[in-house]
Formats: sequence, C-alpha cells, structure tokens
Amino acid sequence: MKSVTEFKTIMTGNDAVAYGAKLARVKFISAYPITPQTTIVEKLASMIANDELDAKYVEVESEHSALAAVFASELTGVRSYTATSSHGLLYMHEMLHWVSGQRLPIVMSVVNRAIGPPWNIWADQSDTINQRDTGWMQVYSESNQEAMDTIIMGYKIAENSEVMLPLMSMEDAFILSHTSEPVTLRDQDLINEYLPDLDLKFRIDIGNPMGYGSYDTPDGTFMELKKDMVDSMKKAVRVIKDETEKFNQMFDTNYGGLVERYRMDDADYALIAMGTVASTARFVVDKLREKGLNIGLIRIRYFRPFPYDDILEDLKNIKAAGVIDRSVSFGYAGATYSEIVSALYGKINIPVSSFIVGIGGRDVRIEDIEKIADTVRNESSGVYWINVKKVI
Amino acid sequence: MPTSIPKEELMAPGHTACHGCGATLAMRYVLKAMGQKTVVSVPASCWAVIPGAMPFRTLDVPMVYTPFAATGASISGLREGLDIQGKTDYNVVGFAGDGGTADIGLQGLSGAMERGHNVFYIMYDNEGYMNTGVQRSGSTPYGAKTTTTPVGKERDFKKENKKIVADMMIAQNVPYVATATIAYPEDLIRKIDHAKAVHGPKFIQILAPCPTGWYYPPEKTIEISRLAVQSRMFPLYEFIQGKFYLNKSFKPVDVSEYVKAQDRFKHLNDDEIDNLRKYVDERWNQLLEWEKIYSEQKE
Amino acid sequence: MVLVPVSTVSTRNHPTDSWRIQRPTIQYDKCIRCMICWKYCPDNAIEIENGDESAPNERIAKMEYPVINYSFCKGCGICANECPEKCIDMEFEVIE
Ligand SMILES: Cc1ncc(C[n+]2csc(CCOP(=O)(O)OP(=O)(O)O)c2C)c(N)n1
Ligand code: SF4
Ligand code: SF4
Ligand code: SF4
Ligand SMILES: [Mg+2]
Repeated sequence: MKSVTEFKTIMTGNDAVAYGAKLARVKFISAYPITPQTTIVEKLASMIANDELDAKYVEVESEHSALAAVFASELTGVRSYTATSSHGLLYMHEMLHWVSGQRLPIVMSVVNRAIGPPWNIWADQSDTINQRDTGWMQVYSESNQEAMDTIIMGYKIAENSEVMLPLMSMEDAFILSHTSEPVTLRDQDLINEYLPDLDLKFRIDIGNPMGYGSYDTPDGTFMELKKDMVDSMKKAVRVIKDETEKFNQMFDTNYGGLVERYRMDDADYALIAMGTVASTARFVVDKLREKGLNIGLIRIRYFRPFPYDDILEDLKNIKAAGVIDRSVSFGYAGATYSEIVSALYGKINIPVSSFIVGIGGRDVRIEDIEKIADTVRNESSGVYWINVKKVI
Repeated sequence: MPTSIPKEELMAPGHTACHGCGATLAMRYVLKAMGQKTVVSVPASCWAVIPGAMPFRTLDVPMVYTPFAATGASISGLREGLDIQGKTDYNVVGFAGDGGTADIGLQGLSGAMERGHNVFYIMYDNEGYMNTGVQRSGSTPYGAKTTTTPVGKERDFKKENKKIVADMMIAQNVPYVATATIAYPEDLIRKIDHAKAVHGPKFIQILAPCPTGWYYPPEKTIEISRLAVQSRMFPLYEFIQGKFYLNKSFKPVDVSEYVKAQDRFKHLNDDEIDNLRKYVDERWNQLLEWEKIYSEQKE
Repeated sequence: MVLVPVSTVSTRNHPTDSWRIQRPTIQYDKCIRCMICWKYCPDNAIEIENGDESAPNERIAKMEYPVINYSFCKGCGICANECPEKCIDMEFEVIE
C-alpha cells in the first residue's frame, strides 16, 4: 500500500474549503470580500503568499468582475475558483448564466447568508436557492470535512466530459464557515490520482481561433444548447454517484450521492432537510426513535441536479413527510418542498408539509424539529413557519 | 510596394456591420497592429453582432463574448490565465463600445487598469448605444439627437457634454493612454506599437463614426472622422509613462463644418453651435495646459 | 460530449453582395495605385493584386493594384469618396 500522509486537525469550515481548493490545485482565484465568505479567500491569499499554493490570486472590484475574471481564465484552460455569499452571489447572477452557458466547469464556494433588507449576515439559503435556474450544480454540506471534500469532488464531477457544468458548494454561514471542527487533510498525491489536471477541449487557442459565445437565432442552435445543458444536468446524476463512490473508496469516507439517508430503512415518517439543519434533525430522529416513533431523515446534498429518483425510492413506504427549508420563496412554500411534491406527484400520494426555519440565521432548535416531527406524524399537509414571533 | 498600414488582415470580409461602419475599421486596424498572437474580448455592443450569428466568426484570432459590464474583468482573467501557462507574449485586448466603457463597464475598466494587468483596453467610441438603436450614452456629445434625446416639439437633444474616458484614464495614471480615429490608421497603428512597448495596462479611445446613428451617408465615414479632429471635437493625444503629446498638425476647420455634415446635429441653431465652439476651445486650452504640466513634470 | 457555443466558420464563407445597391468600379487607367481605397474599406472587399495592363503609365503598370471583390463589397462608397484621383465610379446595380 502507498504511504498516505493524511492528518487530522481542527479548522473552520472556511479554512477547510480553502484547503479543498488547494488540494484541487486551483491555478487562478478571483474574489471580492463579503462576510462570511471572506476568510476563505484570505486563507488562500496567505497560502499563496507563503508558497504553500502555486496559484494567482486577484482581488477584483466586484463579484460580477470576480466571476467574469474566473470565467475568462478558465476559458484559457486553467482551473479557476471563486467564493462568495449572499449579495455577492446576487451580483454575480448574470455571470452565473454566462459561465454555465459557455460550459465551463468552474467550482465556487458559497457561504449561505441572508439577503437584505435589512442587512443580515447569518445563515439562510435564500441566496443560492435564488440561483436555482442558472445551470449550476448545487451541493449543500453538513460538516467542514464535507465542505472540503466537496470542492475536490466538485471539480471531478464538473469537469466530466458528459457534464461540463459549473458547481456551487455551500456552507451555512457561521455554523460551518466560522466554527472549528476536526477535519482530515487529504493526501495530495492521492488527490492528484483522483483529480487529474483540467483539460478543457475548447480552450482558447490562437492556432484554432473561435468565437466564444457569439449570438444565435431562433432557427439556430440556441434551443439545442439549452436542452443540452438540461441533458447534462441529468447525466450528472450518474456521474455524481460514481465519483462520490470512488472518493469514498479512496479516502474511506461514506458520503451519500445526491442524498444521504439516516434510519430510513424501516421508517414510517420522513424528515427532509439540507445543510446543517440536518444535524439537529438527526439528533431529533434518534430521540424520537427512542420514544418508539419510526422516523428517519433524508439529507439532500444535491439540490441541482435534484434527486428525483432517490426521493421516489426513499418515500415509497413512507406515511407522511416533512420538508424543512432554510430559505424563502415568496408566494409559495419552501423550495425543496416544491421539488419533493413535484417528484411525488402522480406516483406517491402521501401528505407532505413544508416547514420554513432559520431565516436570517434564526436558531433552529431541537424543540423546533420536534414540533415539525409532531406535525408530520399527524399526517397533515400545509406550510408552516417555525419559531416566528408575533410582531403585528 | 509597401502599404502605409500592414497588409495582414485578421478581420475577414463577410461580417454584418452596416454599410460604411467605422467601428469595423477600428477593429480591422487594431488587429493589423496587434498581430495574430492576440485574444479579443468583446462585450454586448454592435461588435457582438458584427461577426454574425453562430456558427460564424469574422476574426482570425480567438474572440470571447462577454456580458456588457465584463470587459475589464474578462481581460484581467484572460491575461492571468494565459500568463499562468507561460503565454506571456499573447496580446489581450478588450474591445468595447462607449456605452460598455463610459457607462456600464466603467467600474470594471477602472479596476482592471488599477490592478496593472498587461492588457489593452480599446474603446471604440461611436458616441451612443448603437446596437440597441441609437440611445444616448455618457459619451454622446452635447447637441446630439438620439432616440432617447429626441428632438420633437421639445428640443430634447443631449444637453450635457461628452464624458471623456481617456481623460479619466490619465487622471488614474494609466501608463499608456491615447485617443485615435479611423481616418488616421497610421497614427492609430503607431500608437498601438508604442503601447505594446509598455508593460501594464493600456487604454486607447478610438472615435468610430457610425452612419446609422449619426445620420449621415455611409461614404462620409472617413471624412467625418477627419473633420472630428480638424474641428477639435475629438483631439488626438498620447499619454505615455507620464508624458503628454497633443496632436496639433492638422488643418483646422470650424465646428460647424463637423456639425453640418451629420443630421444628428441638424436641429442646432447658431447659439447652440456656439456652445459647442466654446466647449471645444475650452477643452483645447485644457489639453494645452496638460501638455505644459506634464512636460514640466518630466523635465 | 457536450454542446458548446463556439463559432468556427469564417465569414469568408458568408458573402454580403446582396447588401449592395451601388457598385463601385475602378478606372484602372486613371488609378495611381495609392491603395487608399483598400486602406479604408470597412468590408475588406478590396484585395491587393500584382501588376495590371491598363494603367496610367508603365511604371504604375508594374505596381500592385486594388481589385474589388464583389462578393463582399456592400457598396458603401467610402472608396469612391476617398480616392484622390476620383477614379472609382459608383453606379446603381441593375437587377436583370
Ligand atoms: C446588462 C445589459 N444591459 C443592457 C444590455 C443591452 N445592450 C446591448 S448592446 C447595448 C448598447 C451598447 O452600446 P455601446 O457599448 O456604445 O456599443 P455600440 O452598440 O454602440 O457599438 C445595450 C444597451 C445588455 N446586453 N446587457
Ligand atoms: S450601428 Fe453604427 S457602429 Fe453599429 S454596425 Fe452600424 S454603423 Fe457600425
Ligand atoms: S464600396 Fe465600400 S464596401 Fe465596396 S469596396 Fe468600396 S469601400 Fe469597400
Ligand atoms: S484610391 Fe483610387 S487611385 Fe488609389 S488605388 Fe484606389 S482606385 Fe486607385
Ligand atoms: Mg456605442
């Protein structure tokens, strides 16, 4: 067996993510400061300054420019990376489409933070849920280790020749980004084996001058280009499962593919959550199991591509499910809830309710999840806001 | 026989610019000066449409299309990405309209210049948002009629003076700044040669007359470009490593000759033309002043 | 494999002659081969070729001369307007 130099240490989620980018051998980084993302790129800048990372770091004058710079460098054929949060992500919106539309497998970290007004820097997934339809894959992590490993797996998946779509990797603000946890730093040689260098087939080449982007007409290939992105998003499901499995084998981890299940095998009721809320939910599942309630948890890792098939399989024998969203979708229920009910529609007819929690970083307490579980057990369906104060 | 500008053509015929398009000549000359080892980034503008729809390209160098405000940042990323791979001898050229430069892209431009990347930013200035149908931009001159500064019962022509981005770049101390126009391609190409010798950011503003948006017959494009210089509506200068040179060798003409050649100014009465005349004089004096200040500084 | 929005076909394969309303014609016997027309053509529709018989004099006959490529000329008239010898005629195209 090869000698492996992995070592365990304690670090924040943002540091873990920075090490993930370093292990992925990113060559170009461009970003703009925003809490709670900033410490990721500060860490990367300091790694470069200390010769620990061979990359170029450019701090630009806005997030729109950060992603535009990363777009352009990736197009020259170098693996590129950026990170942002909240308003920074919203500011990138135009570029998000430009990157995916050009089929550039860029990986970006997003620290999920609330959107103002009023200003609020705490955990809330509304920022990335807002970007659902930009053609980026979306992964939500639950631990610092997962956040680090997802950057590495993210490049492997995004750069797959059948996928070629960018990927956003999420951490909940502060709960992961600024909280220290034990993290295993991966062995660089083993990572190199897992993740080869980027080989962008259509990279800028003066020997083969092309127009990148151009414009297209209703009778051209515009519609086909967009459909191909949807097709690739579907193909990504298989690639994600394969690449996650490969990673699990090489690094002795056990990440789920698009979802992770907890005590679902014999469950009658299911909670569905994304990000760190799942940790609290897992605790509550154990507690309720002790009291004799057959309840389980599905943690959504990938929101895009959405795990429709997994969900159908997992909810086959379930009596009722509760979907917990840490984001606001004005006008209807939670975003994950909408996806789940559309997955089930016409196939599985069970009561499903939507729970909105933790907006703007509001604490999601054990008793909140217990209340949710209670509602689910009563097989009701509806939209519930949890732990909101009466103010008017 | 040698021609006065390089023979090499890196812009193909068959593009879809209007008859007599000045912006097209700007690209043609810029690429002649840059040569084949060049990557061009173009934001939303006429030039995003001129090469034609997919699958056509009209440049024989790679051309990256970017969102409207992304020119400055995209050339930053192109430069760094190429340098990382040792391709330091490639020219990286942003080629953006006046709207994409003076207005929506100004922040990105300023940022890219401030960061010192070894890039060229070429602003082709047709003094309005032409691709979207001739709306006013910050770079539209006083007096011009556009579709958003129309002259109907009310005389709503543009009342504000032109925002001159090249001047702003001098204020920012960009190592190479110049103005040029298509009637003088030898001058433009010489300026690009000077710029090439400067390692760092370079900014060139090229006045590119637009028959469609300035409302003049297409055969007049070169004539109007020449008149812009002669009337001093668009002075040509070069600012290189802190030295400022103003081009004074031309046969001067009155502003009215420039104005009368274009229907975008047709409505102007004598007083209004006089406003332009005063503006032109003031600006000229200011440029003479700069020439003095910068040459004293450098002595 | 995925579908990527790249443009690869040169517009040299995209004639624009149908845009032309007026047709420029060079009178070679007056043309002094200054190449100003070539220099200012926004459509790259004037090509430089070697030698020509009809020329104002023998010296000029040995020089490179401008040839209009009517597949691409849009008939903007810049060449005629800028020609110092006024030896480019613009005439309306006749549709037969
Ligand atoms: C963010 C954004 N806003 C608006 C537009 C619409 N738009 C496309 S081109 C253009 C005008 C471009 O003007 P300029 O930069 O002067 O170039 P020109 O068309 O005059 O060559 C506008 C407003 C756009 N593409 N993107
Ligand atoms: S509108 Fe003006 S700048 Fe645009 S293609 Fe036509 S002539 Fe050229
Ligand atoms: S008419 Fe215009 S397009 Fe035709 S050759 Fe002359 S300059 Fe070129
Ligand atoms: S501009 Fe006139 S004289 Fe000069 S080469 Fe052209 S046709 Fe001949
Ligand atoms: Mg313009």
